[in-house]
Amino acid sequence: MGSFIFKRSLQSVFSLVALIILIFFLARMTGSPADLYLPQDASAQARFQFNEQYGFNDPLIEQFGRFLWGLLHFDMGQSLQFSRPAVDVVLQAFPTTLALAAITMPLVLLVSIVTGSLAAYRPGGVFDRLASILSLIGASTPNFWVAIVGVLVFAVTLRVLPTSGTGTALHWILPVGVLMLRPTGVLVQVVRTSMMTALSSTYIKTARAKGVGSRAIVFVHALRNGLLPVITVASDQAAGIVNGAVIVETVFGFPGIGKLMIDSVLLRDFAVIQAAVLVTALAVFVINIIVDIAYALVDPRIRYS
Amino acid sequence: MPSSTRAFGTAEMAAPVSLTVRPAAPSSGVREILGLLWQDKVATVSATLLTLVLACVLLGPWLLADQARALNLMARNAPPFSIDKGWLFVLGADALGRSLLARIVVASQNTMLIAVSAVALSVIIGGILGLIAGYKGGWASAILLRLADAIMSFPSMLLAVIVLFVFDPGVTNVILVLAVSRIPIFLRTVRAEVLEIKERMFVIAARAMGARTDRVLLRHVAPMILPTIINLAALEIAFVMLVESGLSFLGIGIQPPEVTWGLMVADGRNYLGSAWWLAFWPGVAIMLVTMALNLLSNWLRVVTDPVERWRLQTSVGRHD
Repeated sequence: MGSFIFKRSLQSVFSLVALIILIFFLARMTGSPADLYLPQDASAQARFQFNEQYGFNDPLIEQFGRFLWGLLHFDMGQSLQFSRPAVDVVLQAFPTTLALAAITMPLVLLVSIVTGSLAAYRPGGVFDRLASILSLIGASTPNFWVAIVGVLVFAVTLRVLPTSGTGTALHWILPVGVLMLRPTGVLVQVVRTSMMTALSSTYIKTARAKGVGSRAIVFVHALRNGLLPVITVASDQAAGIVNGAVIVETVFGFPGIGKLMIDSVLLRDFAVIQAAVLVTALAVFVINIIVDIAYALVDPRIRYS
Repeated sequence: MPSSTRAFGTAEMAAPVSLTVRPAAPSSGVREILGLLWQDKVATVSATLLTLVLACVLLGPWLLADQARALNLMARNAPPFSIDKGWLFVLGADALGRSLLARIVVASQNTMLIAVSAVALSVIIGGILGLIAGYKGGWASAILLRLADAIMSFPSMLLAVIVLFVFDPGVTNVILVLAVSRIPIFLRTVRAEVLEIKERMFVIAARAMGARTDRVLLRHVAPMILPTIINLAALEIAFVMLVESGLSFLGIGIQPPEVTWGLMVADGRNYLGSAWWLAFWPGVAIMLVTMALNLLSNWLRVVTDPVERWRLQTSVGRHD
C-alpha cells in the first residue's frame, strides 16, 4: 500500500509539473499587466518601472526559474490585484470552495445511493420510473440555467432565499442545490445499474432464502458490491464539482477559488492564476489517491503492489 | 464501459439472430433499425426532436436569419404567447424586440456545430491514438496515458478559461479546446477495448494470414469498437454542449455577434426580474437536446448489443 501511494504520487508529480509549465507560459501570453494596472496615458518610464518592480522585463526563462525557486520556498509571488502574496489570496479563497465541495459531495452520495438502491429494488416500478426521469433531468440541465431560474423563483419571486453572497446558512442552500444536480443525476443511474446487477446475483438469493429482511438485503448485502462502480464515477465527478464550482461561485458571488481564478485571468494576475491552479490540481490529485485507497478498502480483492 | 459480454456476443450471436428471428425477411438494415426505433416510444420522440434540431441547424439560418436580427421596438421584451405580433413571437421577444424563437433556431447552428465538431475531432484523434496505444503498447502508450491522466484529472473548465483567454475565443478555438479536453475519454475507451479484442481468435488469425497492422486495426479491430464509440459519442456531444454553454455563459466562450444558446441565457440574466423568458427558453432548448441525446444513446446501447437486440426482437415476435 505504501509503495502504491508513492508510485501514484510520483505520477501525480509528473502531471503537476506539466500543468505548471503550461499555465506559466499560457498566462504570460494573455498580454502585459501594465496595460491594465497603469493609467492609459502612463509614460514609457512608468511602464518600465512597473514591469521592473514585478520582474516582467526579464527574459521569460529567467522569470520561470525565479518562479520555480519561489515555489520551493512556498512563495508564489505577489498578487497584482490585491497587492498581497498570492499564496495568502488563494488560501483565503480555498476554504470556501472546499466547504462547498465538502457539503455537496456527501449529500450527492447519500441521495444517489439511497435513490438508486430503492429504484433497483423494484425495476420498472413507480419509484424507479420517477427516479429515472428525475435523474435524467438532473444530468441534462445546464447548471448555470438552474442557478438563474433558482434565483428567479426562490429569491426574486418567493423572497425566501438570498440572491448572492455568503454569511448565513440560507446563502448556501441554492449553490449547494445547483452543484448537486448533475453529479446526483449521473450517480443515481450508475447506482441503479450496479445495484440491479448485484441484486440478481446468487448470494442475494441465498440471503433471501435464509430469511434476511429486504432492507438488510439491499443496504447491507447488495450495496457492498454495488458500490464499486460508484466510487470510480464519484472520483470523476470530483473534478466535475470544481467545474461546477466555477459557475456556481460566479453566479452566486461566492468568494471561492473558481471565482478568484476567473477574476485573475481577466485581470492578468499571473501569480494568483498559478497559485490557484496549483492548489486546485493538488486537491484533485489528493482526492484521486483517496479514492484509490477507498477502492481497496471496499473491495478486498484489489491489492496494490 | 467494458463490453466483454457485448463484444463476445457479436461473434457468437450475430448469425443466429438473423437466422431464427427473421428467416424470410432479409429486410434492409435501415428499415430494421427504424422498426426497432418505432417500438421504443421514448427513443422515437428523442430521434424526432434531434431530427427537428438538425433541420434547424441546416435550414434555420437560411430561413430565419433576417427575422432573428430584425429589431422591433414595439415588441421589446414581449412576453411569451404574444401571437398578435406574429407567430414568431410565440416564445416572446428580447430587449431589442427580436423574436426569441427565431434567435433560438438560428443559434442552434453554432451550438450544435461546436458540440458535434469537437466530439468528432476527439473521436478521430482519441480513436487513432487509442488504437495505437492498445495495439502497440510500449513507452509511447505509457506517455499517452500519463498525458490523458493529466488532462482528465484537471477540471476542463479551468483549462478552457485560460486557453480561451490567451487565444481569441472564436468558434474554432472553442472547438479545439473542447476537443482536447475530451480526447482522453476516447483514447482510454478505445485502448481498453483494443487490449481485449487483439487477443481474440479472429485477430490472431488475420495476423497469421499476414495482414498488415493497419489492415488488422481498420478492418478487424475498429468495427468491433464502433458501437461503443458511437454510444459514447452521443453522450459526449450532450456533455460538450453543456460545457460550451457554460463557457459562453461565463463570457469566455463564443462572443457576440455570434450567438449560441449558452450566450442567450447569459444575455437574459440581466433581465431576470422583468423578462424571465429571455434566459428561460434557451436553457429549455439545451436541456431538451441533452436529454434526447442521453435517451437515444441508451437506446443505441440496447440496439447495438446483439444479445439485447435478440431479446427485443423475439419479444416482439411473441406479441405478433
